[in-house]
Amino acid sequence: MSDKKNVLNEKLNTEDIALSLSDIGMCFNLSTEKVDSVKEYFIKLMKHELKFDEFWALKDISFDVKKGERVGILGLNGAGKSTLMKVIAGVFRPTEGTVYKQGVLAPMIELGAGFDMQYTGKENIYLYGAVLGYTRKFMDEKIDEIIEFTELKNFIDVPLKNYSSGMKARLGFAIATIVKPDILILDEVLSVGDAKFRKKSEKKLLDMMDTGTTVLFVSHNIEQVKRICNKALILEHGKLVTYGDMTEVVARYEEMIK
Amino acid sequence: MNIKLDEYKKYSNLFTELVRKGIKLKYRRSYLGIIWSMIEPLLTMIVLTIVFGTLLGHNEKEFPVYILAGRLIYTLFSQSSTAALKSIRANQGMIKKVYVPKALYPLSAITFNYTLFLISLVVLLGVSLVLGVYPTWRILLAIVPLLILFLLSVGAGLILSTVGVFFRDMEYLWNVLLMLVMYTCAIFYYPEKILGSGVGWILKYNPLFCIISNFRSCVFGTSMDAWMLGYSAVFAIVSVLFGIIIFDKNQDKFILYI
Repeated sequence: MSDKKNVLNEKLNTEDIALSLSDIGMCFNLSTEKVDSVKEYFIKLMKHELKFDEFWALKDISFDVKKGERVGILGLNGAGKSTLMKVIAGVFRPTEGTVYKQGVLAPMIELGAGFDMQYTGKENIYLYGAVLGYTRKFMDEKIDEIIEFTELKNFIDVPLKNYSSGMKARLGFAIATIVKPDILILDEVLSVGDAKFRKKSEKKLLDMMDTGTTVLFVSHNIEQVKRICNKALILEHGKLVTYGDMTEVVARYEEMIK
Repeated sequence: MNIKLDEYKKYSNLFTELVRKGIKLKYRRSYLGIIWSMIEPLLTMIVLTIVFGTLLGHNEKEFPVYILAGRLIYTLFSQSSTAALKSIRANQGMIKKVYVPKALYPLSAITFNYTLFLISLVVLLGVSLVLGVYPTWRILLAIVPLLILFLLSVGAGLILSTVGVFFRDMEYLWNVLLMLVMYTCAIFYYPEKILGSGVGWILKYNPLFCIISNFRSCVFGTSMDAWMLGYSAVFAIVSVLFGIIIFDKNQDKFILYI
């Protein structure tokens, strides 16, 4: 194990690796009946009826991403794409294997996770900023910029429960993109808001990518993947099918879904 | 140990934001706002004094101070432990989407309740002065039982928040247990009779009763009971250590159960 670690450290230092996954496995307990009461638990324990139905959402996933590479993640529904992104973002701790990452990682898995519906838009900007690890002072400097980008100036002191879903997504997007991260995870987020805002947000992301941000991009829209990515990988039933140059992988994926 | 100190430093902003959110939202849209945290204990004190003062024939002038001191502490413990118990589930939206050190949720819930508790101590001071219980130098010692109270709340909170994730009915069970704790805290009666009888141990081994009893000693300017001080301090510290261990051991599994 320590040998492996040394090899990896060397790799991280010399080869400009932004992200390295080795033998990732993620196992869920899919028990048909969820036991969540004390009484039930003991009855089942006595009767030896505690069932554990293992399900490996990811198995033996290993790959490296170099700095500045933009990787498209392809796969059918339930292939494990979002689980993989959550493992990389640290939301799930993998059952097996390790994730090494260098630099600041900004997960845009679901915009506005951590918003409070009772809070106003402005208060939520500070709260979400803190979730992403920014200080209040830093947010004070950025707040005007964020509000301007959202185009929600008139609603910023209104509780979030009165916002439409598009408005919430705008707010989430504007906060998440306020600093340039080293690694950006995009999970189906380029479909938020109206056409005008979508264009604006896509432009902002492309600007970010131009400056050398490493990107992991999950999308069912192959055209978008072609436009944005230079590498791609395919997941199928939690296994890594292929990883490599975008054009080859996309061609194979198009073959697969025919 | 998964609880890394540097990580907690990074997320200290989020901790402050969560405490701020709790305080801000608690009295939002009420006309009197935070003043309620002083009026509410005052009103309960009046009711309890009328009921138990008449019922048990306690017509001493300082009886309301006695009641208020006990009730404030009990209320803090019951509210903070219940909030901690629910904290993981209440924040599941955030936990499922971004990585945040999970101990922040119970800890911020406890701290927010404790802050309100400290504010409500002003009422105790006011009532004491009005009823002629003038503070002596011993009031400064009150910081010791109050510190033990905080530790006990943290310990209980960490344990309950862990158990609460796996067993949903813990919420109801804890309500019943809290009632038992309340009746063995001698909030609205004098404990001497019980302490002298065969069942005196029920009070003596209730750490919250020990805290209340010592806190009252500080308020009334008498000396604290050394055994109770030592017992409650050891109990609180052990519960914190135990809480850290079981929380840390289980926190990676939370996401699979909420």
